[in-house]
Amino acid sequence: MSTETQTIERLANQEYKFGFTTEVEQEIVPPGLNEDVIRLISAKKSEPEWMLEWRLKAYRHWLTMKEPHWANAQYPPIDYQAISYYAAPKAGPKSLDEIDPEILRTYEKLGIPLKEQAVLAGVAVDAVFDSVSVATTFKAKLREAGIIFCSMSEAVQEHPELVREYLGTVVPYSDNFFATLNSAVFTDGSFVYVPKGVRCPMELSTYFRINAKNTGQFERTLIIADEGAYVSYLEGCTAPMRDENQLHAAVVELVALENAQIKYSTVQNWYPGDKEGRGGIYNFVTKRGKCEGRKSKISWTQVETGSAITWKYPSVILKGDGSIGEFYSVAVTNNRQQADTGTKMIHIGKNTRSTIVSKGISAGQGQNTYRGMVKILRGADDARNFSQCDSMLIGDQCGAHTFPYIDVQNPTAQMEHEASTSKIGEDQIFYCNQRGIETEDAVSMIVNGFCKEVFRELPMEFAVEAQKLLAISLEGSVG
Amino acid sequence: MSHLLEIQNLHANVEGREILRGVDLTVDLGQVHAIMGPNGSGKSTLAQVLAGREEYEVTEGRVLYKGQDLLEMEPEVRAREGVFMAFQYPVEIPGVSNTYFLKAALNAKREHLSLPPLDAMDFLKLVRQRVKLVGMDETLLQRPVNEGFSGGEKKRNEIFHMAVLEPTLGILDETDSGLDIDALKIVADGVNSLRSQERSFVVITHYQRLLNYIVPDHVHVLLDGRIVRSGGKELAFELEEKGYVWLEEPAEPVGAAAVEGES
Repeated sequence: MSTETQTIERLANQEYKFGFTTEVEQEIVPPGLNEDVIRLISAKKSEPEWMLEWRLKAYRHWLTMKEPHWANAQYPPIDYQAISYYAAPKAGPKSLDEIDPEILRTYEKLGIPLKEQAVLAGVAVDAVFDSVSVATTFKAKLREAGIIFCSMSEAVQEHPELVREYLGTVVPYSDNFFATLNSAVFTDGSFVYVPKGVRCPMELSTYFRINAKNTGQFERTLIIADEGAYVSYLEGCTAPMRDENQLHAAVVELVALENAQIKYSTVQNWYPGDKEGRGGIYNFVTKRGKCEGRKSKISWTQVETGSAITWKYPSVILKGDGSIGEFYSVAVTNNRQQADTGTKMIHIGKNTRSTIVSKGISAGQGQNTYRGMVKILRGADDARNFSQCDSMLIGDQCGAHTFPYIDVQNPTAQMEHEASTSKIGEDQIFYCNQRGIETEDAVSMIVNGFCKEVFRELPMEFAVEAQKLLAISLEGSVG
Repeated sequence: MSHLLEIQNLHANVEGREILRGVDLTVDLGQVHAIMGPNGSGKSTLAQVLAGREEYEVTEGRVLYKGQDLLEMEPEVRAREGVFMAFQYPVEIPGVSNTYFLKAALNAKREHLSLPPLDAMDFLKLVRQRVKLVGMDETLLQRPVNEGFSGGEKKRNEIFHMAVLEPTLGILDETDSGLDIDALKIVADGVNSLRSQERSFVVITHYQRLLNYIVPDHVHVLLDGRIVRSGGKELAFELEEKGYVWLEEPAEPVGAAAVEGES
């Protein structure tokens, strides 16, 4: 047996690094979904009546909907009555000092310093643990600039006028099966409001973690950049290892008013399941931004390395004239992972521009699908789109699929689409070997080179983390 | 003292076809050996087997490098032990800058030799100095490895890699192919500047031309998977003049016939 094969075996047996669980007393609502559960969630959060009504409206609509199965992914039916829709650490946190030290240790293991003094220079973190947002750092400093950065629950209490004005305006409660479910049962998430002309002085960050067994995580995030404002936001996610599949159905809504810019970056590392495809997170997420005002800009960057199944299409509605939408994506599937991801760029305003750069990497028996839509509506004069979809295959048992939809209703549109599929070459690996670089490092180097256009869109610290994650996800993938 | 490289009765197959049929070659430190031969004679196969390419199956014989069994080593270990091959067709690695790549390579070698890694500043100094050896444009340092390089630039880049990695044994696999005379001179100058008593070269070429610039100590003719003739640099001129055909009638049967005649 060659040493290469040995390395692969060793690495294949290496376990998911973030698969620890935390022993904290949890308050979990028994599994099952009905109006009483929704009322209970709403009551737990002391929500105003309008919020409960909105949830119930969504729930009643959800009952009329069917689980979609058009994605290029296979999984057994999900039993929505077997999921618990609310789990919270028992002692409700009031301030950083009151947070259960066990939870703090969890975040330390994840490398997220919650304590303000330990926070990476300039990153404010809101951490969501199962259903509840446990801590928001740097809140005071942001407050000085007039920026609101808090949990969604808090926003409903403290800033109901903003929540009511914008919630559901980008992703309506009736949008799709999973978004509608989220609208009914969402438990927490982040809320950001950057006022007129303010440039947010630091990266805002949320860290999501699913800890409790048999729970779903349904967070809802709403970010509003008022006229001329700028904000860069990053989310990261992990989950412990479990044999059963766990559902994560989040909704993220972004609103950019005139001349505002929102940059939203995701590093998703949910538990992907084991080698045989047991366990892992179903990551069914609806993310959409609306360039409401003139010359506004929304940019999505995602690095998707985890989850058993990923189903997400961060999109931009380009309503304001001269607005810009961007989507940069790296999606990795190894072992039995399945990813069906891409974007929608809906051009409504004149002179709107969109850029799509998608890099799919498939290894093991992973299946990777890019699904994208570029729609140029009739009034969108001189709209431009550039799309580039590249796939890389590692080994001969994986798959890459591309479904680009283009719908142009205005003859002045300019569309460019480039696509490529490549196989990581033995020639490339041998070339690296011959220079003294071992196979594993060679693969990581070649893949990182392949993803470079996307990584350079990430904030510096996270680009480094993303590269490491990619290396971990692909360990042992070359035979 | 033992030899740097000893190839003994080396046989190798590619896809079940025997390409090398008993190669013997000994290289000492400080020497330059040229291996010449027509297309399909096994020259490149020999280079690939020495570098450790998996598709080439060694069926017989052995190769000692610094007295150790070279064939037992993984390709990257051979590289770290000082075996360098300049590729005939260097591959492109999109998105990976030439300097980043070389730094990873050099530090892998240094780690193997229990040396501390070079920091960014020292590395840059080294690279700047070595890039001059091959007259390469400094902008090629930041470009992705070989991506969009011209044929000549790729070959120069190989010699540049060699200059940075400072191998003990440099194998040049038809580095002259596809080069015009100016590029050829630059590449040869680069190689000559690296010649030393501590370093040996095996220069594989189809044409005598390169050997006007890289003057070898020994010339070997590889024909049909065997070295059929060895000599000094003048052998190269003889080949240039007569081609390879005259060697296809090996000298041995003539001698054998003479012996027969006597009996």
